[in-house]
Amino acid sequence: MTAAVARSTAHSIVDASPRIKAFAGALVILYALITILPLLWIVATAFKSQSDAIAYPPKVIFEPTLEGYVNLFTVRTRQTPDFIAKLPPPETWYDKLVRKHDMVIAGPSKVVPRFVNSLIIGFGSTFLAVFLGTLAAYAFSRFRIPLADDLLFFILSTRMMPPVAVAIPIYLMYRQLNLTDTRLGMILLYTAVNVSLAVWLLKGFIDEIPREYEEAALVDGYTRLQALRKVVLPQAVTGIAATAIFCLIFSWNEYAFAVLLTSGEAQTMPPFIPFIIGEGGQDWPAVAAATTLFVVPIVMFTVLLRKHLLRGITFGAMRK
Amino acid sequence: MAQIRIEYLRKSFDQFTAVEGSTFTIDDGTFFALLGPSGCGKTTTLRMIAGLELPTEGKILLDGEDVTFHRAAARDIAFVFQLFALYPHMNVGQNIGFPLKCQGMARHEIRERVQETARMLRIEHLLSSKTAKLSGGDRQRVALGRAMVRRPKAFLMDEPLGALDAEFRHLMCGELRDLHDRIKATTVYVTHDQLEAMSMADQIAIMNKGRVEQIGTPQEVYDRPACMFVADFIGSPSMNFLHFEGGLRSGDRAINFHDTRLAVPEIREDRASAALALGVRPEHIRFADAGSVRGEVFGAEYLGTTQIVTIDTAYGRVAARLPSSASVRIGETVGLEFNSDRLSLFDAGSGLAIRTAREEGMRHG
Repeated sequence: MTAAVARSTAHSIVDASPRIKAFAGALVILYALITILPLLWIVATAFKSQSDAIAYPPKVIFEPTLEGYVNLFTVRTRQTPDFIAKLPPPETWYDKLVRKHDMVIAGPSKVVPRFVNSLIIGFGSTFLAVFLGTLAAYAFSRFRIPLADDLLFFILSTRMMPPVAVAIPIYLMYRQLNLTDTRLGMILLYTAVNVSLAVWLLKGFIDEIPREYEEAALVDGYTRLQALRKVVLPQAVTGIAATAIFCLIFSWNEYAFAVLLTSGEAQTMPPFIPFIIGEGGQDWPAVAAATTLFVVPIVMFTVLLRKHLLRGITFGAMRK
Repeated sequence: MAQIRIEYLRKSFDQFTAVEGSTFTIDDGTFFALLGPSGCGKTTTLRMIAGLELPTEGKILLDGEDVTFHRAAARDIAFVFQLFALYPHMNVGQNIGFPLKCQGMARHEIRERVQETARMLRIEHLLSSKTAKLSGGDRQRVALGRAMVRRPKAFLMDEPLGALDAEFRHLMCGELRDLHDRIKATTVYVTHDQLEAMSMADQIAIMNKGRVEQIGTPQEVYDRPACMFVADFIGSPSMNFLHFEGGLRSGDRAINFHDTRLAVPEIREDRASAALALGVRPEHIRFADAGSVRGEVFGAEYLGTTQIVTIDTAYGRVAARLPSSASVRIGETVGLEFNSDRLSLFDAGSGLAIRTAREEGMRHG
């Protein structure tokens, strides 16, 4: 009897044979290679010289240099060799690197403020969208709200066209309100776009948390808000993490509005990167360096939240 | 501990009325069961007492104080949920201590109270375990502990044993009742299981479609049901109803049941001829060759000490509880005799019981 059971489980679809497992493993590795390769190429390009970066056939093995990063962070001017010869010896390694190309560093580039803009606008709008989304989702999930279904549909309908479709009205509005090229303006814009996604995703998660938990807390002495903070939120962490990642990825990568609405003060990384101009064309190593740095925060954020993410994406699907 | 008084309590959700103007008092220290089929309004009533739901009309008084619109937390009552609602991110000790933490009690005091409560429930060894790893019964004990630790005025329990398996439910019934006897707290217990209500409660309120149909001790509601709904709901198998037409006169000790005379408890009210029903509990039926009601045996369920025999009569199918030693053959024609002083009479139209000598001292809801 037990032998029969054992045999039947051995043939179940759950338990794959070693060969199938090896095949599956190989597929996963292949897929990983395909997805990671462009990223690796960018990371490598950042360490190439300008000529190596555009060499044909492409160079896989090359002499690494930090020129790309130096060019990214500095503004340089070309000088005559005589002028450079007359200068005092270079003080730092990057001065030296630049002078090899008959140039001197004129000052820092704008990459740091642009990066700071991206961080503030990206995380700021993510926080706001998740914050507002959580409150709204909780209310929709727990209270009897008149016209709740219509309101939810209205919230969802803001996602029914690409946000850029309303770029011109928004541009005109922002000009009236003096919000163009401000961090506040960009945070508000990205929050508005993300909040509908946040409400819908989080409502699904909060619906799945039994009401009894907070009711128990209400009876035991908490106010509604305390119950939300101390009882509901800890259980919604998964959903909040998943939602936050989706929101951050959107506002971090957003390009169209950023091009249209920011040019100086509040410019984020996406519109900045393509315009890193080198001498006689794109400075590809500098672009690659900027891209590498640009990817780092989002990778870190996702890795930090990844243990919540898997559960968050597979569970808590929307349901009515 | 406290007395709970409900006055004309009504609750409607949009078009639907969940609870309809019930009024009753739960005395201090009583184990009070709210019993009824699902959707009868018992849970809504309990949630209104707890403050988790606001009534549309009516009043709730705790020890004479009107708490109808007080916040749940301000009522000093504890609620035990069917799904236990133990916080998954806390261990057992933290769960039990949670209500005290909400009140801002000092940490060492919380620890003492939690220990004491755990001792009472015999779950001291579990205090640092995760709730997810506990068995159903232990979860239930933790949920009870969380309710007890605050020493509230009253306990409200919403089908607390509903999630346990049958065998364990029986054990927990005993434990709950024992606990109640020790701490003597006013307890309102919602259940749809008549066995739980009958075995634990001092008083049972039977609800149907938002109304309280009858309130009484388990014995009262079983022996002297106020209406056909209660008679039918309490008891398993439920009471047999034999329909007939006739008039009643106060003082009569027998009725004209179709073609025969049947002895009944002394009737205490006059009735013009109307559709009536004779209520007979299965255990008050005997086989007797001379019995005036005759029928054919349809089937028999063997239950160990007794058997339930169903008989097709001219007035409908009747269930009788007979000793398992009685020999019963399916298809045979038998005569039935009723235990005349245990019969009930109902007005088949309104469903209300007709007053007889048996019903004295009964309370209508």
